[in-house]
Amino acid sequence: MIFAGIDIGSITAKAAIIKENRLIGTHVIFTGYNTLTASQKVFEELLSKADISKDEVKTIIATGYGRNSVDYADKALTEIICHGAGAHFLNPEIRGIIDVGGQDSKAILLDNNGKVINFSMNDKCAAGTGRFLEVMARALELDLDRLGEISLKADAPTNISSICTVFAESEVISMIAKQEKRENIIAGIHESAAARIATLATKIKIKEPVMMTGGVAKNKGMVKALENRLNCKILVSKSAQENGAIGAAVLAARY
Amino acid sequence: MNDNTIEKEKQKIASAKKMRDIMTTYYIDAMTAKENNKLVAWITSGGPVEPLIAMDIIPVYPENHGAMIGASKMGEDFCIKAEEMGYNNDLCSYARADISCAIVKGGPIGGLPEPDMLICCNNICGTVLKWYEIQARFFNVPLFIFDTPVCHTEYSPEIAKYVRTQIDEYISFLEKVTKKSFDYDRMAEVGKISYQGQLLWRKVLNTTAHCPSPMTAFDAFFFLALIVTLRGTQTTVDFYKELLLEMEERIKNGIGIVPNEKYRLLWDNLPIWYQLKWLSSKFSDHDACLVADTYTSAWCSSLKYIDENNFLNSIAEGYTRIYLNIGVDQMADQVIEMIKFYDIDGFVMHSNRSCKPYSFGQLDIKRIVESKADIPVLMIEADMTDPRAFSQSQIETRIDAFMEIIQQGK
Repeated sequence: MIFAGIDIGSITAKAAIIKENRLIGTHVIFTGYNTLTASQKVFEELLSKADISKDEVKTIIATGYGRNSVDYADKALTEIICHGAGAHFLNPEIRGIIDVGGQDSKAILLDNNGKVINFSMNDKCAAGTGRFLEVMARALELDLDRLGEISLKADAPTNISSICTVFAESEVISMIAKQEKRENIIAGIHESAAARIATLATKIKIKEPVMMTGGVAKNKGMVKALENRLNCKILVSKSAQENGAIGAAVLAARY
Repeated sequence: MNDNTIEKEKQKIASAKKMRDIMTTYYIDAMTAKENNKLVAWITSGGPVEPLIAMDIIPVYPENHGAMIGASKMGEDFCIKAEEMGYNNDLCSYARADISCAIVKGGPIGGLPEPDMLICCNNICGTVLKWYEIQARFFNVPLFIFDTPVCHTEYSPEIAKYVRTQIDEYISFLEKVTKKSFDYDRMAEVGKISYQGQLLWRKVLNTTAHCPSPMTAFDAFFFLALIVTLRGTQTTVDFYKELLLEMEERIKNGIGIVPNEKYRLLWDNLPIWYQLKWLSSKFSDHDACLVADTYTSAWCSSLKYIDENNFLNSIAEGYTRIYLNIGVDQMADQVIEMIKFYDIDGFVMHSNRSCKPYSFGQLDIKRIVESKADIPVLMIEADMTDPRAFSQSQIETRIDAFMEIIQQGK
C-alpha cells in the first residue's frame, strides 16, 4: 500500500511516498506565495517521478506551516510529530531532533519508542533559522549553499552581538567594510545561530543520539557549530530536508 | 429549531445573562455614584475590599477594566497611547491601558468613574505601587498602600503583626476620607457574606471535577468578575448559589460544555482576553476541555486562613498568602494538587508578558510538573491585553503539537 506525506514550509514544499514501509521517493520545490498550488505541484511532480498515479495513494497527511491549505490531504498534523516519526523511521535509535527550517527552529525529545514527549520552538524571532542564514548570505553576496563549506575554513570566528537578524545584517556589513576575513564572519554567523538553537535543545534536556533535520541540516558549518555548542555528535541523513514529509507519510500509514 | 440548534441551546450556560445584567448595574452604580452621594474607590484585584463594602463605598477595579478593554479588542490602541506618553512596552498592559484610558476616557464603557480614593495592595505585584501613585497624582486623591511582604514559606509572627497593623491603619484612612466612623458590626456581617461568597465560588469551581465538565475555564474567567469586584455583597452570594445549582443540574443531566470531552486540561496565568473565543474553539476542536485554572481559583484559596466569625482579625493572612505571593515550590504544590483533583491530562501555561510575578518561575513549575505529575506541559507566550504579543500561527502549531502528544499518550 502506498502512503504520502506533504510538508509545506515557509520556503520549500516537500513530498514523500512510502510503499510497504519503504521510502520510494521524495521531492522538493520552492513554496512561493500560493501554498495550495505549491502543495499540488510538489505532489504531482513526485507522483510523476515515482511513476505512481494519484488513486494508488491510500492516505495523505499534510504538515508544515501551510498544512491546513492542502485541501486534498486526509489529515493535517504538526511538523513536530511528523519530524519525530520521520527521524525514527530513518534511524530508530534517535532520541533527540533539532529541526531548523526556513523560519522555525525546534528541538524535539523522543522516548524509547520514537514518540514525541517534549518540544520547544523559537518564538516571535527568526534569528537562528534558515531566514537568518539567507539574509546573511545575501549580505555577503554568496550562494546559501556555500556558507557551510566556507565557514569550516575559519581560524577565528567573529563575534556577532546583535540578537536581531536585521541588526545582525548591519553588523555583518560593517565587518565586511572593516575587511574582516569572510570565513571568520560566516563562522561567527553560524555560532550566533547555533547559540539560539542550542538553547531550545538544552531547555528540553535533549538526549543522544541527536539528528538534525530541516533544510539547514545541509549546511555542514551549522552542524559543526551545533555539535560544538551542545558538545555532542549530531547525525544528519541525506533526507534531512524531507524528514517532515517522510514522517507525514509514515503517519499516513498508521492513520 | 432543529436538533443541532436545540443541542447548542442546551450547551449554553443560562446564568451568563444574569451575570451580564449584574455587572451592568454595578458599573452604572459606579458611574452615577456622585449623584447618589456615594464615594468610589479604585482598588487592586487582590486588595481587601470588604471594609469598603462595609462603608458603602463603591469599589472599582482598573484591572477588571483592563480585562474588559482586552476582551473588547481595544488593548492595542490604549497600549500604544501609553507608549506615546512615554511608558515602556515592557510595562504591564493593564497599567498601560488604565493610565492612557484615564486621559482619553474611551474604552468599552467610556472610561472608569473618577476615584475619590485609591487602595493599593501589592500582594499581586509591585507594579501596582507605581501605577497607583501615578493615578493618585493624576486624580489628586488620597492613596492607601497595603503592603504584604512576600511569603515564600511560612507566615512569620513578624509578617502577621506587620500586616494586621495595616488593617487598622486602613480603617483609619477610610474614616478620614469618608468622615464617618467605621461600623464594626456591619464589618462582621460583610465578613460573613464575603466568606460565604468565596465558599460558593469554590463549590462552583469544584463542579468541573466532574467528567464531562459542566463549564470550562473560559466560562470561569467570565463568572469570576463578581467574586473579584463585589466580594462581601449579598448579590454575589445569591448569584453564585444560582450558578452552582445550574452546574449541578447540568451534571445531573450529563450536559458537558465540550460536546465530546476526551482530554482534560489545566490553564495557568491570566487569560488571553482578546482571543478567548479562538482558544476555546481550538481546544474544543481537539475534544479538549480546559476544566480548571490557577487564576480563578485564587479568589477562594484564602478560605483556609479566614475565620468567618473573626473576619477582620484573620484576613491579614488570607490577603498575604495568595497564589502570587508565595514561593515557587508552594505554587507547584498547588498545581499538582489541582492536577490530581481535576484528573488533568495536560497543563497549558500562558507565559504572560505583562505579569512578571505570575510568569517568573513558570519554567521551574513546568519542570516540577513534568517530573512529578508526568503529564505534557505546553508554554505559550502572549499577553493578557496587548495583542501585539500574540502570534496566532505559532501558537496554533504549539497547541496542535501539544494535543498530538496527549492524544498519542491516551
